[in-house]
Amino acid sequence: MKKPFVLVVLTVLLFILISSLNEMPSLGDRVNPSYNEVAEYYISNAKEDTNTMNIIAAIITDYRAFDTLGETTVLFTSITAVVSVLGFSMFEKKEK
Amino acid sequence: MDDLIVKTITKLVVPFIQLYGIFVILHGHLSPGGGFAGGAIIGASLILFTLAFGVNHTNKVVPPSVTEKIETGGIIWYALLGFVGIAVGTSFLSNKIAGFPLGNYGSVISGGLISLATIGIGLKVASTMITLFHRIIEED
Repeated sequence: MKKPFVLVVLTVLLFILISSLNEMPSLGDRVNPSYNEVAEYYISNAKEDTNTMNIIAAIITDYRAFDTLGETTVLFTSITAVVSVLGFSMFEKKEK
Repeated sequence: MDDLIVKTITKLVVPFIQLYGIFVILHGHLSPGGGFAGGAIIGASLILFTLAFGVNHTNKVVPPSVTEKIETGGIIWYALLGFVGIAVGTSFLSNKIAGFPLGNYGSVISGGLISLATIGIGLKVASTMITLFHRIIEED
């Protein structure tokens, strides 16, 4: 009873995904929604705004620096979680 | 691992890997790479050192008290760079309008906030990789 139900749900999902695939813009098309005025602004103004050769570095650490701060916070949170779960074996050895 | 060939090759190779990592971090605003990639290269060199010489030897060379200070110092450095913008009177993490010197176009010391923040990110990623690896390998 469970297996046919899962199959039906998955088939319906497959048809929905395939039908939406046809509506997607083709890869690398010039009129794609991702090539909007934001990308043009980065390409034309990155040099005078940041004076760097690497526009990608200018985007990730200047225009979207707050996003990079979030990424660094994710790293910090992960290391805090690992240390709190796996314990402080290095420091216990030092005390003995 | 107690192999003479592995230890000798590691001794020869590790300085060059770390030099390349520092190069990638310092040229983050000029060439492909940046803080995350360069920090991962330095962290990988330290992982190689741990695999060849063992955790206890690496703990003497790079003590955990130093890596945890780099760990927290990197993110505090990044946040303080952002607060420079607020102190001057503009928005958080602003570069040119906050008065960071932009330098000459194409030289290593240029870009203001970008190169400074890349150094902080690189140090942080390197210490994160080595701390994670040491914690996991010490459990065995």
